[in-house]
Amino acid sequence: MSGIFPRAVSLMVAFFALVCFATHAPALDMELLGAGATFPQPLYSKMFDAYNQQYKVKINYQGIGSGGGINQLIKKTVDFGGTDAFMTAKELQSAGAPVLHIPTCLGAVVVTYNLPGNSKLNFTPDAVAEIFLGKITKWNDPKIASANPGVKLPDLPVSAVHRADGSGTTYIFSEYLTKVNKEWKEKVGTGKSLKWPAGQIGQKGNPGVAGYVKQTPGAVGYVELLYATQNKMPYGNIKNRAGKFIEPTLKSVSAAANVKIPDDTNVSLTDTEAAAGYPISGFTWLIFYKEQNYGGKAKDRAEALAKLLLWMVGDGQKYVEPLQYAPLSKEAAAKANKLVRSMTYNGAPLVK
Amino acid sequence: MTGGHVGRRLAKDTLFKGAVCLLAFLSLLPLFLILYYITMKGISVINWDFLFSLPRPIGESGGGVANAVVGTLMLIALSSVISVPCGIAAGIYLSENKTGKLSNTIRLSVIVLQGTPSIVIGIIAYLWVVAPLKTFSALSGGVALSIMMLPVIIKTTEETLKLIPYHLKEASLALGVPYYRTILKVVLPSGISGILTGILLSVARITGETAPLLFTAFGNQFMNVNIFKPIDSLPYRIFYYAMSPYPEWHSFAWGASFILVVLTLALNLIARGISAKWKIQF
Amino acid sequence: MDTGKQRAPSGTDRSEKRFSVCLAGSGLIIVLLLLAIFATLLVTALPAIKEFGIFFFIGRVWDATTETFGALPFLVGTLLTSFLALVISIPFSIAISIFLGEYFKTGAISTFLRSAVEVLAGIPSVIYGLWGLFFLMPAVRFIEMKLGVAPHGVGILTSSLILAIMIIPFSASIGREVITLVPGDLKEAAYSLGATRFEVIRNIVIPYARSGIIAGILLALGRAIGETMAVTMLIGNSNFLPTSIFSPANTMASVIANEFAEATGVTAASLIYVALVLFLVTMVVNIIGTYVIQRISIEASREVS
Repeated sequence: MSGIFPRAVSLMVAFFALVCFATHAPALDMELLGAGATFPQPLYSKMFDAYNQQYKVKINYQGIGSGGGINQLIKKTVDFGGTDAFMTAKELQSAGAPVLHIPTCLGAVVVTYNLPGNSKLNFTPDAVAEIFLGKITKWNDPKIASANPGVKLPDLPVSAVHRADGSGTTYIFSEYLTKVNKEWKEKVGTGKSLKWPAGQIGQKGNPGVAGYVKQTPGAVGYVELLYATQNKMPYGNIKNRAGKFIEPTLKSVSAAANVKIPDDTNVSLTDTEAAAGYPISGFTWLIFYKEQNYGGKAKDRAEALAKLLLWMVGDGQKYVEPLQYAPLSKEAAAKANKLVRSMTYNGAPLVK
Repeated sequence: MTGGHVGRRLAKDTLFKGAVCLLAFLSLLPLFLILYYITMKGISVINWDFLFSLPRPIGESGGGVANAVVGTLMLIALSSVISVPCGIAAGIYLSENKTGKLSNTIRLSVIVLQGTPSIVIGIIAYLWVVAPLKTFSALSGGVALSIMMLPVIIKTTEETLKLIPYHLKEASLALGVPYYRTILKVVLPSGISGILTGILLSVARITGETAPLLFTAFGNQFMNVNIFKPIDSLPYRIFYYAMSPYPEWHSFAWGASFILVVLTLALNLIARGISAKWKIQF
Repeated sequence: MDTGKQRAPSGTDRSEKRFSVCLAGSGLIIVLLLLAIFATLLVTALPAIKEFGIFFFIGRVWDATTETFGALPFLVGTLLTSFLALVISIPFSIAISIFLGEYFKTGAISTFLRSAVEVLAGIPSVIYGLWGLFFLMPAVRFIEMKLGVAPHGVGILTSSLILAIMIIPFSASIGREVITLVPGDLKEAAYSLGATRFEVIRNIVIPYARSGIIAGILLALGRAIGETMAVTMLIGNSNFLPTSIFSPANTMASVIANEFAEATGVTAASLIYVALVLFLVTMVVNIIGTYVIQRISIEASREVS
């Protein structure tokens, strides 16, 4: 027994050496870290899986919410962030250096619910606002019923659920409601995290909201379209500015996005003029520093990031439609491409 | 005292005993429900593929938790490497210095550390490791978990060494063996089973911790063995899958829970086995 | 172990010194670690402490957009869930303590119950959360429907239930220990006067072990206050003062878990302020609980000798 301690020590040393070895051995495998929006996460996870198979570059993307993505980029703990809300002036300022946004796809925020029979419902903008303001408390409320003739609505309490984390999905949703509902504008407003009515449930991430709604009869929440369709959850048609109830689809989202896109791609797609457009849609962006030489980042890492971004707005777009997001228009893709090409390392462009 | 009075008292006694037994076994009901859920829903998803393949993209079926299993094992190894030497040394110090200002301060610190909420330790590891290194990493997760392991190791080491009879040490010292060699070669080996038990119990304590990993190890859908990169872990994966809307992921969460519970129970059983088999006997 | 080869007394002296420095140093590290944790929390929370000071604890509004932070909803959420959990768990944990400490001290049935309770203590928090999500939540929802309150399924009651299950093993094992410490001669004296088992337990055992049982409950409270994952999954994440035990809320731990990743500036400082409070509260609760138990076991050992 007396020899056990030297043995234990040498074992520990050996183990440590192994850890160090293991740490250095796979250094050839490039790995990038991203975090943020859960809105495009199904798409990103598909894209990054395909990208890894093709180019042997691992991209680890964690859905922690847009607010988290922006914050972790500013703290420089991630290579890139994901957000569905353009960074605010204050956030851009605290970033300390120019940050670029490139759109990767378009998506729709849908109002999904869990009712017996799960029939398709129509929602007027005011009904949506009042559900989330806590003013509509029963599903057979006339404000919902009047838009749904022929549908038998149950006498079930409405259990509205919002995002507990700082969320770009919340931003898009609240921006829309601010535009269409006066009371919402006064009481709640637009933002990634909001002052929700007391006693309302919050859940983390798009998956959290979808999970809660799916499990709870009478629940209603807002999530990206794919989360509803993948889980066979019903989602409502929303009355747009032209007065038509529009079903969120790839087509109606693209229709809403038919607007002029500025050079920095900061554009709002909610409540647009398009007659066939779904009114609660938006871009989702990837954000990253323009100058990549910071915090001791190696050049090959920066190059790998630039290459990935170019692929995502180029070849990678073929993965967008199968997942029911709307791909970038030619114009948007070109602008995004140009933004990626403006990335620098020590002031010199990263990609030619 | 009349007979009726005694009868009432006896009836009360029986009633009380019945209530105690009922309540005691009623409180096991949740345990059996949890174990039932984990086994019923967990075992069915566990197969070769689940154990040895990586997670698939969201919405695609299949895939496994290989990265999470490897990650959990790495986190255990990392945090043990950090906390075991320091914990044992501090435990020896406490057993050798039963009183004294430093000893009492250390004992108090151990009590406080033991009760510190895991989420607070997660924040600390974020501020200490993630923020300066500018990346989420397995290392930061290991640091957080090692802080949680320390009190258990220190306490068990101290308590084990306290039980070792003083004459053992005296005999060694009388033979002219230096003090440090006495501790290392006589005292520690006789207490090795207790110390090992403590290490295993502390590992069991941290294996299922999720909160300290949220802002440190972060999660990774790929396999990773680099300690300076984010890493996946079983509890984090369970959390991620549990909160998702996908039924398949829910069953994966149960499957991962099954692995995790088996792992923690095995650690506890081995720890008990060690302390039962190599009891300190003199 | 190369130092072991040095037989010269001077070399031994040096190793001796190095060894004891090593031991004391490791001990010191623990103390420094704790101080460093406290200092880090204090320094990073300083912006929020300066901004809100003591009003932090009575502020009802937690709003990142206007950067107004008051932690009252989380304090109330934490206290409500923990106390409710205690109230639910106390009958069960005391029953287990009496069962194992009085009625069945040894034997198969006692081993079974004791190991089952240990298993219950060993199940990770996230698994309690998972089970709560798929078992407790629908159950609570069903009750809420029957009672006619908003049927969220998640909220204070659900979290308290899961917390109660999680802390039973802690107070039960401490309760068992203090009950077995009750001197046998005291109990025997009562029995010889013709007291029934129940009367002995009520009049001798419980009063004698009372402070120990309370300490165990206190330690369980410390754990309930700091519990994060299961509560985060089941509490409903609402930053408002809860109005009933069915309403969604947030505890100090769950708000940190939810918001820390995205918090910047004053928001981050405020969350760390919350963490600091959480750290101090659990510290006080744990120190008191441990102190009481230590005193009891010292007293008991004195009486034995």
